[in-house]
Formats: sequence, C-alpha cells, structure tokens
Amino acid sequence: MTGSRAMRRRLANWLFVGLCGLATAIALGLLVAILWTLVSRGISGLGLVLFTLDQPAPGSHGGLRNAIVGSLIMCGMGMAAALVIGILAGTWLAEYAPGTRAATVVRFLNDVLLSAPSILIGLFVYELLVAPFGGFSGYAGAVALAFVATPIVVRTTEDILLLQPAALREAGMALGAGRALVIRRIVWRAARTGLLTGGLLGFARISGETAPLLFTSLGNQFFNADPSQPMASLPTTIFQFALSAYDEWQSLAWAGALLIAAAVLVVNIVGRILARESHSL
Amino acid sequence: MASLFASAGAERQKPSEALFRFACAAAATLLMTALAGIVVSLAIGGWPAFRAFGPAFLFTATWNPVTEVYGAAGPIVGTLLTASIALGFALPLALGVAIFLVEFCPAPLAAPLAVAIELLAGIPSIVYGMWGLFVLAPWFAEHVQLPIALSTVPGSWADAFFSGTPNGANIFTAALVLAVMILPYMAAVFRELFLTVPPQVREAAYGLGCTPLEVVRSITIPSVRRGMIGVIMLGLGRALGETMAVTFIIGNAHAMPRSLFDGGATIASTIANEFTEATGALHEASLVALGLILFLMTFGVLALARTLLRTDDR
Repeated sequence: MTGSRAMRRRLANWLFVGLCGLATAIALGLLVAILWTLVSRGISGLGLVLFTLDQPAPGSHGGLRNAIVGSLIMCGMGMAAALVIGILAGTWLAEYAPGTRAATVVRFLNDVLLSAPSILIGLFVYELLVAPFGGFSGYAGAVALAFVATPIVVRTTEDILLLQPAALREAGMALGAGRALVIRRIVWRAARTGLLTGGLLGFARISGETAPLLFTSLGNQFFNADPSQPMASLPTTIFQFALSAYDEWQSLAWAGALLIAAAVLVVNIVGRILARESHSL
Repeated sequence: MASLFASAGAERQKPSEALFRFACAAAATLLMTALAGIVVSLAIGGWPAFRAFGPAFLFTATWNPVTEVYGAAGPIVGTLLTASIALGFALPLALGVAIFLVEFCPAPLAAPLAVAIELLAGIPSIVYGMWGLFVLAPWFAEHVQLPIALSTVPGSWADAFFSGTPNGANIFTAALVLAVMILPYMAAVFRELFLTVPPQVREAAYGLGCTPLEVVRSITIPSVRRGMIGVIMLGLGRALGETMAVTFIIGNAHAMPRSLFDGGATIASTIANEFTEATGALHEASLVALGLILFLMTFGVLALARTLLRTDDR
C-alpha cells in the first residue's frame, strides 16, 4: 500500500521533472534556432562595406552607412535626454520623495510606461511634434526613443541610489554639505557605475526599437546627419528591406539585424558586468 | 529625513539646493505628464473617428479607405486572438523553464542558462519578426498548412479552424512568433519570482520528505500566486502591444479572420503598416483611435500586473 503510493509519487515527480526539462529544451532549441538563422544569414553581409557605403538602389551593391549613422545620432540624442530626465527623476524618487504618495504614483506610472507598447509612443510623438511642426525629423525620432529609454533609467537610478548606505549621506551632511550637494558629489559618485548600467540598458533597448521611429524619423534613403530632416535608422531600414522582393536588400536586412542584435548583446553584457561590480562594492 | 533637513537648513538654504530639488521634481513630473500626454493626444487625434462612427467603430469589421468607412473589430479580435494564443504556448514553456532553472538544474549550469535566457529576452523584436517571415512561415505553409488543407473536407468543422491561403502568413503563425518572443522574458521574470520564495521554507518541505513536484505545487507556487498572475499579465501586455514581431507575418488583412490559419491584423500591425500612408484625415484618425483602444487595453493589463507584483514583494 505505502509502496504503491511512494511509487506513484515518484512517478509523478519524474514526469514533472521530465516535462520541465523538456520545456527548457524546447525553449532553448527555439532560441538557438533563431540565433542560428540570424548568424548564418547575416554573417555573409558583414564587412567593411556595410559601414562605408549608403543603402543601394534595388539590384545594386551597397551598405547601411546612412542607417547606422542615423541610428547612432538618434539613439545618442535620445539617450542623452533620457539620462538627464531619468537620473533626475530617479533621484527625486530615491532621495526626496521616498514613502510619499506622490512617489508611489510616479513609480507606478513609470512601471506602466516601462512596458507600454512602443508604437503608441511613436503615435504620441507624431501628434506632439511631427504633425504640428511640419514633418518627420531625426529630432522627433530622438524624442520618441527618449520616452522609451527614460523609464528604464528612472528604475535603475532609484534602485541603485537606494542601495547606497545612509552613512554615506550622513557623513556628507555632518560636514555641513547641503542635501543637493551630498547627492551630487557623494551619492551619485558612489553610484556612478550603477547609473551607467541604467544608461547602457536603456541604450540597448532603444537601439533595436523600430515601432517608435516609423512615424517620427520616417527613414531616409540618403545619407543625412541633419536631425531636422527625416533620418534613416537601422531598424526601420531593416524593416523596409526585409519586406522587399530584392535579394540584395534582404541580405542587407539580415546583416543589419545581426549587427543590431550583436550590439544589443554586447551592451547588455557590459551593463551586466558593471552592475555586478557595483553591487559587490 | 526631510523635516530634519528643513530645520537644519532653516538658517539659510542655498538657491542651488532648492534649484536641484526643483529640477528633480520637475523631471518626475515630466514623466507623469508623458503618460497623460499619450492618452490625451491619442484621444484628440482619434476623436474624429469616434465621432464619425460612434460605438459601431468597435463592433464593425469594415476597413475601407476608399469609401472611408472604418471599423476596428478585425484588428481588435486579431490582437486579442494572437496575444491569447501566444500566451497559451509561452506560459507552460516559461513556467517549465523557470521551475527547471530554480529547482532541478545542476548548479554550474543554472547561472549561465539564466543569464542566456535574460540576454535573449533583450534581442530586438524585429529579429523575431524576420525569423517568422523567412523561416517559420515557409516551413509552416509547406509542412502544416498544405497537408491540412489537402486532407480537410471543405465545409467541415476543421475548415472553421484551418482554412486559409497556405502561405504561412496568418493569425496562428503570428501568435507562434509572439510566443517565442515573450517566452524568454516570461521565463526570466518567473525565475526571479520563484527565487523570492525563502529557501528555508522549501528546504523544510524537502526535509519532510516532499518530492520536488510537491514542493513546487504546494510551497513555491502558492506563495507567489499573486505574483504569477502579475507575470502572466506582463507577458500578455507585451504580446498585445508588440508591433514588429507580428507585422511581418500576420498577413495584414482587416476583415474579421475566418479561421486560425486566415490572414489577419493586430492593432499595432495595422498602425505600423498604414499610418504613414493614410489616405485621408479620417483614415489617420481611425488609426489613432485604434492606438487609443490598444493603450486602454494594455494599460489595464499592465496596471493589474504591476499592482499584483508590487504587493507581492512587500
């Protein structure tokens, strides 16, 4: 009696362990399959040409220079804005407002914004900047990306500042420094790797974002470094090329996708290593 | 703390102090305004469509730029259908992965696997979309749709599920791509959630002779039940609002889908495809109105998710 019961429990357990292992195997298999597709189709297109030539006309040879430059400019501007706003807002949450009702509301809305569909941020910036000010531009794209990245920076800033020991602040205050001075000169400095991590995570996120750029920066088939004009970006160019019927464009799309995925991966890994260092301190 | 400061600094607060504090508060306010701005701008932009079609906008499936008649039912159904099918596939897999990593995985393997899953969750969604378009769709058309289409009798019950052009671009494959996309994300969050269960409690259960299955079923899962619903809602929110992974492969048909293997559209894919090519003011307004509907859907889901997750980790 007890023997059969123990047997049943053991059987059920084996089945369960097996199913969990199977789920893991399926999940990893799928993801490896996707990465394999990405690498095998993209690797042939990777080369110096990708960075030195602009996008080609259908049927001819070219690279993705205009899209890469556009992406870097817009991500850079967006990230700069996101860092300023995000670090200040995160500092407010962690230093000036903890425990208040306002902080709870801001934190909650920030969390919602963090996972809001990015295409809606594109629509919002279109209504805010593109429609009233006559046209698509790199600035509008940068603003849209900033809206995507800011919540990430806010979140990591608050988390990292709350980790800093209170003794650090007290020491600064004991020397007669004001609160703002303590935050800027002591707390921020102690937390700078963590703040950098937040920036890197945000950068990784926006460098692959397509949807918010579709109706803000639009895309541009020519090289353009002037953000007041429509601007190309890697994700939107990939989107256009992947859906095209031309082989050259499709292989450029794969090369671009591999480039973005690799960049995102590297930035995320660097951010992770930095985060580990700052936590162990 | 703040009051302590007010009294200590009462002698004379430097203007730079007040300025910095103001800048921080202003940034936080800006953040709040952004969310409000999204709602307001979408409501204003979509207003002409709501005014022209009334509640029928939500319940009719005509989407005709020529006659300027728009109804959102097709994309709404497409969004709900793809997201729920995706969740149906991703949830058991993500749970299995998370439980495997927390309970069974050999320790030297668990950490790298967990990192790998988290890194995969960060891969841009456009990569998943391209995989769907170039790999999944052709495979699915040849190995699933064609055999089924050849073996089902037209008009039979199976037709209601499986009829459609066998090109692999349909609601079902879009849902599969979404499932693969939200899988690493959900697995990573589930794992973090399971790790919040105190090890002492689990070890106590093991000490009483529980099998891993019993520990998971009667200790781990019950103690994070609210959080689990939160994670599911997070995954759903992601699936509802995802654009790029879906747009490539859903077939972009605005009519009410006739079967699972029929082309369709989601709200996000419709906006992505048509917004820059909108033919008139009403077309554009209808797309923005779709955006507002999507916002309200995801806001509800995400608000629920965050509320459940937040109360859980306190």
